Amino acid sequence: MYIKRVMAIVETKDLSFDYIRRDDEGNVSSVNRALNDVDLSVEKGEFIAILGGNGSGKSTLAKHINAILYPTEGYVLVDGENTSDETKTLSIRQKAGMIFQNPDNQIIGSIVEEDVGFGPENIGMPTKEIWERVEEALKILGMWEYRKHSPMRLSGGQKQRVAIAGVVAMHPKCIIMDEPTAMLDPVGRKDVIRAARALNDVEQVTVILITHYMEEVVYADRVFVMEHGNIRMTGTPREIFSRVEELEELRLNVPQATRLAYELKKRGLSELPDGILTEKELVAELCRLYSTI
Amino acid sequence: MSIILDHINYVYSKGTSDEIKALDDVSMEIRTGDFLGLIGHTGSGKSTLVQHLDGLLKATSGHIYYNGEDIYDDDYDMKGLRGKVGLVFQYPEHQLFEEDVFKDVCFGPRNLGMSEKDIELAAYSALKAVKLPDELFYVSPFHLSGGQKRRVAIAGVLAMKPEVLVLDEPTAGLDPEGRDEILDMVKGLHDEDNITVVLVSHSMEDVANYADHIVVMEKGRVHMDGTPKEIFSQTEELERIGLAAPRVTYMMYELKRRGFDVDTTATTISEAVNSVIGAVWNA
Repeated sequence: MYIKRVMAIVETKDLSFDYIRRDDEGNVSSVNRALNDVDLSVEKGEFIAILGGNGSGKSTLAKHINAILYPTEGYVLVDGENTSDETKTLSIRQKAGMIFQNPDNQIIGSIVEEDVGFGPENIGMPTKEIWERVEEALKILGMWEYRKHSPMRLSGGQKQRVAIAGVVAMHPKCIIMDEPTAMLDPVGRKDVIRAARALNDVEQVTVILITHYMEEVVYADRVFVMEHGNIRMTGTPREIFSRVEELEELRLNVPQATRLAYELKKRGLSELPDGILTEKELVAELCRLYSTI
Repeated sequence: MSIILDHINYVYSKGTSDEIKALDDVSMEIRTGDFLGLIGHTGSGKSTLVQHLDGLLKATSGHIYYNGEDIYDDDYDMKGLRGKVGLVFQYPEHQLFEEDVFKDVCFGPRNLGMSEKDIELAAYSALKAVKLPDELFYVSPFHLSGGQKRRVAIAGVLAMKPEVLVLDEPTAGLDPEGRDEILDMVKGLHDEDNITVVLVSHSMEDVANYADHIVVMEKGRVHMDGTPKEIFSQTEELERIGLAAPRVTYMMYELKRRGFDVDTTATTISEAVNSVIGAVWNA
């Protein structure tokens, strides 16, 4: 009998990874376990956020999904393909694109459209199709009008959107973003997150967002919280951000609105519900509970 | 006592086709004891500006006065200035290079020509000031966490005993706890050791929480100069230039619109909490 199963786009099982340091003679001098028995499954089309303190293993996990690192133990499947199988590396990297913190390190072309076309060109795509993909990607990211510009003259947020367009032009099924907004100003941050949400909503691309900004997590379908290479918490943003004290122990925080609601509750506004995520929700609750108009 | 910038202009690649005017007629004063927040979108000139403060970049035209002395005078002690104005760059941990933490922190004061004993004393007190645990003093900087490395890099600057500490986005890439640790440490240096602080930041919340004076840069010019409350009350203008007010400020405006008697100049969580509690009880 044939059983059809919804396949996860990313699946890890018993995934462990050791950073091994060797001395001059090649003998192992230290072993640092960065990931420890991580089991997770991301469905196609999900928007996932990964939180965790510095050194918790977030970036190491991300690099496994893009086949930059391979498991010491366990396995990682991307769209059903095992990342440890070298014959699948190129296919996996096309399916799972990666965006890093610093846009300047990811842009190589001297003109925006050439930079975006670099990936498709590299895999030998016909010229006509390259240009179609460049146009499509730049339009999705709202950067089409800048196609003839030099990337060096763009703002940080615009550069990061060009870098994302370069990944989108490869038609990935999944994009992993490792702190894509860490170096951006408020507007650049908003534009990049808006672009990530649009890719997920409109293009159904699976997004895995690693961030230290709690506000960016609010719209995710699910959140994973990491510590010492383990996944400590999993849930919706509302579930996760209801656990303020636990998050603080993990060196994290909650969105500003959640914090404000939490402090107000401590000061006597006890009817306020847990897990308020946005300023809008908090204003609505305050009006419902305490407005005299 | 202060740093005064008087009609500073700076042009990158002057005389070539790539000429960019990075600073355009900048005049401002950083007073001794200030905790100055310097904000502006990427490319607005913040980093270029701070590199003028210790003489790393020389203005194309204009003057900078450090405690009344023109730093561009021929006989001005520029090396001495570099010891007085400590500049912590973005991602300063990329510049760690010595084999252990303590040696790395000694590098700056050694360059200033201090005696070996003074160098070691300065390095020790700097590492204490950034609250690095003693057991990490003699490990390789490369074995530390991101937040620890950054603190070592800041200690390397503090060891030169600066009067002014300039930090260019010191919290980029750190987790929330690490961000608070760095900024609380800087606040301690400001409050207890009377160090003047210039903080370049993209986080309006951080600037609202820590700075007592804000300068907003836009297109290489000083666009606004005032207290946090003065600056953050101009939300529309801030948004027009790619910035924003702290998130709680927007919420206070919305609550006011909905009939709550709250203070719309609140820029921090604690101010907002007090104001909302007051408005609810008095309603």
